[in-house]
Amino acid sequence: MDSTKKQIRKNGLKKIAKSWQLYVLMIPALLWAVIFAYYPMYGLIIAFKDYKIRKGIIASPWAIPLFKYFQQFFSTSIALQAIQNTIIISLESLVFAFPIPIIFAVLLNQVEQKRFQKLIQTVSYAPYFMSNVVVVSIISVMFSANGVINSMRGGQPILFTSLPSWFRTLYIGSNIWQTMGFNAVIFIAALTAISPDYYEAAYIDGASKWQTIRYIDLPMIMPTIILMFILQVGNIMNVGYEKAYLMQNGSNTVVSELISTYVYKVGLQTAQYSFATAVGLFNSIVNFIILVIANQVAKRASDISIF
Amino acid sequence: MKKSTPAVHHKMKLSKGNLTFKIFNTAIMIILAVVIIYPLYYVVLASFTDPVIVNSGKPLFYVEKLYMKGYQTTLKYMPLWNAYKNTIVYTVVGTIVSLICTIPAGYALSREDMAGRRGLNFVFTFTMFFSGGIIPLYLTIRQLGIYNTIWAMVLPVAVSAYNLIVCRSFFSSGVPTELLEAAKIDGCSDFNFFFKIAIPLSTTIIAVMCLFYATAMWNQFFNALMYLQDDNKMPLQVVLRNLVLMNQANQMGSSGDALITKQKLAEQLKYCIVVVSAAPLLAIYPFLQKYFAKGVTIGAVKG
Repeated sequence: MDSTKKQIRKNGLKKIAKSWQLYVLMIPALLWAVIFAYYPMYGLIIAFKDYKIRKGIIASPWAIPLFKYFQQFFSTSIALQAIQNTIIISLESLVFAFPIPIIFAVLLNQVEQKRFQKLIQTVSYAPYFMSNVVVVSIISVMFSANGVINSMRGGQPILFTSLPSWFRTLYIGSNIWQTMGFNAVIFIAALTAISPDYYEAAYIDGASKWQTIRYIDLPMIMPTIILMFILQVGNIMNVGYEKAYLMQNGSNTVVSELISTYVYKVGLQTAQYSFATAVGLFNSIVNFIILVIANQVAKRASDISIF
Repeated sequence: MKKSTPAVHHKMKLSKGNLTFKIFNTAIMIILAVVIIYPLYYVVLASFTDPVIVNSGKPLFYVEKLYMKGYQTTLKYMPLWNAYKNTIVYTVVGTIVSLICTIPAGYALSREDMAGRRGLNFVFTFTMFFSGGIIPLYLTIRQLGIYNTIWAMVLPVAVSAYNLIVCRSFFSSGVPTELLEAAKIDGCSDFNFFFKIAIPLSTTIIAVMCLFYATAMWNQFFNALMYLQDDNKMPLQVVLRNLVLMNQANQMGSSGDALITKQKLAEQLKYCIVVVSAAPLLAIYPFLQKYFAKGVTIGAVKG
């Protein structure tokens, strides 16, 4: 292995020349990466400039002081509110929405009738195909003052969609509805891969179903759980802003204004490009740091990591 | 080795605890299925039912009183169908572009003998966790001159690193290395191998990618809001949002209708529009769902 590595390094250019056809196959994807992923990353420097669209990125003067827009962000009260909202909604999602697909997968795995199992699984990921607009539309009609939820509750109707205290519940609840089945597929695959020998042995030892789950299923899928957890934590600041934006209305912005919806509003609706980029960059950096930390912690504790 | 499966054992002797578990578990599964399906079922029913009944807020289980004016009005509402046409064009073009970008690259990245493979993998994986963000991408699109064109809808989302990894994992495990070695001895070039051998072996992954990309394209909303300007270029999701969430549905009825009919209609129209815009995905879903599960499972195999 080591000697081949050295050889590759020595004959690097030769090797590239040898696999030039593979590189040709990569051209469309590489072009995409350069233009739509890495060039915009270069564009992040406008967070440190007084960007003028007519002058372009290079010619626009540097901001004085350099961190002007970051300072501006932290001095607005809405900024702290947006940061707080983003963090709270992500943490709540992690606590409530992350374990549910795992529980679902484990319970589904215990269903003995294969056709019933298949049916439930197929049903479970149907909502994943619904767009956020459709989902928010369904929420808005079902949870309206004269909607089916309020009439089933009886009594004074609750204005679910405009009360700030209900925003997170609806947001996370509908997220679970949308993604539970989809997120469970990976865990179901991991469960199916467990050798039947374990269950056989557990049965002979007289283990109950709960014990089987506790001592076989969960430990066996733990690597998958940790992996998915890192990925989830790594996206902690990237809350689905599309849905939050759609669910926003005048009365719930106290809780529904997230960093990303705020970036969209100040950036594109009021054209404060440098300021909005600074806010977005702050978000990305915090997110990336959290990802790296989560990855390192998992690597130390369990030898599982994404990079 | 014993041939009997655990399931057989359970049938032979169900202890009291396990029986309780089984009942409890089945109940949970049924409740979950109902909770997942009922909102969709409700919306479909409401789109056919007399709005007076729907607005009373009682739960619907079947069509109590058929009322079709909603669909009649929806069918005649041209802006919605224009948006439909836009979405279909964006989805078809977008899916083709995405496949051209993703499938060959996924294959190339799966080849362990490709020089610089690790670095290239990193180039794409990195985009999953860090990006320029909303504004720099928006400015890039303006600079490229594709703002307010179909390309602004298609190109920024042409590659998803996640899908690329799914593709790579598929080719790593689905195309045997022996096949490549044998072909190479026969003097087969990488191009030939990819087009004549790897592609025909990978109809599954192509179906999976079509499904993933087409769904994402069909459901695009925010990008349209950011990168498109003209009303007549807007996709279905934007029009859906305007009609349902911004309450513009009450402008859809014809001017001849009485006020009371209009109000009645406005409520039902919301349901009809939601159904009409989600229908294509729901219709193809039963046929493609097996590919869907397969795709996610391939993705779980860390390559």
